[in-house]
Amino acid sequence: MSTRLMQGDEACAEGAIAAGCRFFAGYPITPATEIAETLSRRLPQVGGKFIQMEDEIASIAAVIGASVGGAKAMTATSGPGFSLMQENIGYAAMTEIPCVIVDVQRLGPSTGRPTSPSQGDVMQARWGTHGDHPIIALSPSSVREAFDLTIRAFNFAERYRTPVIMLMDELIGHMRERIVLPDPETLKLEERTDTRVPPEWYKPFENSPEGPNIDVPPLVPFGEGYRYHITGLHHDERGYPTSRLDEIQPWMERIFRKIDRSLSDILLYEAEGIEDADTLVIAYGGAARAARHAVRMARERGRRVGFLRLKTIWPFAEEVVGNAAARLHHVVVPELNRGQLVLEVERVVGRQKVRSVNRADGEMIRPAEILAAIEDLEGAI
Amino acid sequence: MKRQSESRVHERFLRHSKKFPNVWCAGCGIGIVLGAIIRAVDGLELDKNDVAMISGIGCTGRMPVYVDFNTMHTTHGRALAFATGLKMVKPEMRVIVVMGDGDALAIGGNHFIHAARRNIGLTAIVVNNSAYGMTGGQHSPTTPWGIETATTPYGHIEQQFPIAELAATAGASFVARSTVYHVRELERYLEKAITKDGFALVEAVSYCHTTLGRINRWGTAPDMMRKIKEQSMTFAQAKKMSSDEKQGKIVRGVFADRDIPEYTQLYERIIERAKQGQLDD
Repeated sequence: MSTRLMQGDEACAEGAIAAGCRFFAGYPITPATEIAETLSRRLPQVGGKFIQMEDEIASIAAVIGASVGGAKAMTATSGPGFSLMQENIGYAAMTEIPCVIVDVQRLGPSTGRPTSPSQGDVMQARWGTHGDHPIIALSPSSVREAFDLTIRAFNFAERYRTPVIMLMDELIGHMRERIVLPDPETLKLEERTDTRVPPEWYKPFENSPEGPNIDVPPLVPFGEGYRYHITGLHHDERGYPTSRLDEIQPWMERIFRKIDRSLSDILLYEAEGIEDADTLVIAYGGAARAARHAVRMARERGRRVGFLRLKTIWPFAEEVVGNAAARLHHVVVPELNRGQLVLEVERVVGRQKVRSVNRADGEMIRPAEILAAIEDLEGAI
Repeated sequence: MKRQSESRVHERFLRHSKKFPNVWCAGCGIGIVLGAIIRAVDGLELDKNDVAMISGIGCTGRMPVYVDFNTMHTTHGRALAFATGLKMVKPEMRVIVVMGDGDALAIGGNHFIHAARRNIGLTAIVVNNSAYGMTGGQHSPTTPWGIETATTPYGHIEQQFPIAELAATAGASFVARSTVYHVRELERYLEKAITKDGFALVEAVSYCHTTLGRINRWGTAPDMMRKIKEQSMTFAQAKKMSSDEKQGKIVRGVFADRDIPEYTQLYERIIERAKQGQLDD
């Protein structure tokens, strides 16, 4: 254990090192640059590799290439770069190559306000690349959590052979907090599973492989005697392009199933005072800090307000939210955008109950704004 | 260097589990380049497990699926960037990147010049047919001035990118140009490119008889092959000609062959220095 004063971006970089990340490719962009700077210094110290590429498209491409070579790999960017990465994030989803993409959100659209916090990329994290695909996105609310969730992101990427998005925001990325880092030996790390079959039997996209997770076939790195093909075209179990429906459909079903059947592992959240609540506040990332404060203020005033903080944004915690909100009168969803994750909340609990509290001007939501929404909904005590 | 008979080479390097025929039109030059690549790899006696072939999108992008290496068909224009990541974590592998002219020089132009500048040990092969073949003969960065294409019905008004010259200027260690007619020469250049430590580029001038050839009435594949033969010359021949006479000609030869420190080897030294620095803390 070591105690350090650390920035969220730096904690994310240290989390990556602790998770076993040994390759980073990136391109400078505010407010994510500190992740690249930290890893340019730290990665070679542990025998890893860092490269600054010519743009964000190349960065995510190099990350996928490195992962195919067997390294745990990551890139970090902000909105404009995240937009550029979308096509290759889809490639990683299609080819089931594990990788971690950090998006330290800033106010958009376009160049926007580079040094201001935002949660404007929530829907882009889900649907930014074209075509149907599953995705995992995590959002930390503190510096220590930036460290922890980065480790989780790598574990999920490896366990489910999928790109994982770390949806940070400028507030968490640039904020400094005193944190206690865990002993590296206490961390549970997921390593890539090896195949037990000889090369001639190996199917990198097998639809029901043997092993601990029957929906995730082992991925053997290039250069280890298993010569196979990877393509962004729809492919059969060996990886060769196909137009056959009896090969496309089972694949499509499997890549969704591998996430859907493991929701109890993937969905991370924190609930407080839900049992006796009348009103529930659902928040995530930087905005959850103001939300937590508002919930405490409301409780001090005698109001029964519960708090649900989502760490896993995608897949959306439908059942968790549905169960928590079932017998409640009101749900308040504060976000640093014009209302993105609230659409999912509304879908699950119905529009009548839900109140959105939004800021999309680059400023933090104040606890008083959230408290005002709670009191407005509940009326006088 | 030991050479096996041609048919044996095909047997050992093409994937039997992949159903043929291939996607290319009869008479296409891409298969000739593929043949030259596998004969070069065979001549060098490389272990197939240590060879990766990475491509982008387009007709040439379909090449890796047929060969028994570690193969990857990536997104349009980005093959060199994918290959960069693989080469960095597996520096001992021979990473061959095959691209078309549109793939490498238009959408992938930025990656092309930066991979050359960085001098990372990749073997880049551009099959230059001066057009987008798969989508039906639109103009590419290497389309000759004035001709008709599917998107220049009134004539093409842009200059050509000289691929080999561009790579040499951008800093590549080895650069050569040959054609699908001069296939033995192409094979020799490929052998050199694959064994070169730094970034190596081989431009293989080809043609697309089913798109540009059809639109401009240039005849059949053999007609276009003949045209490439007639238009091409060596460096030595080109030296004796005026720049007017060289207009529209294909100059074959080695444009650069120099020893510059290779990127992944330099990075190993960075790791040593970083580890040393950590001990000094």
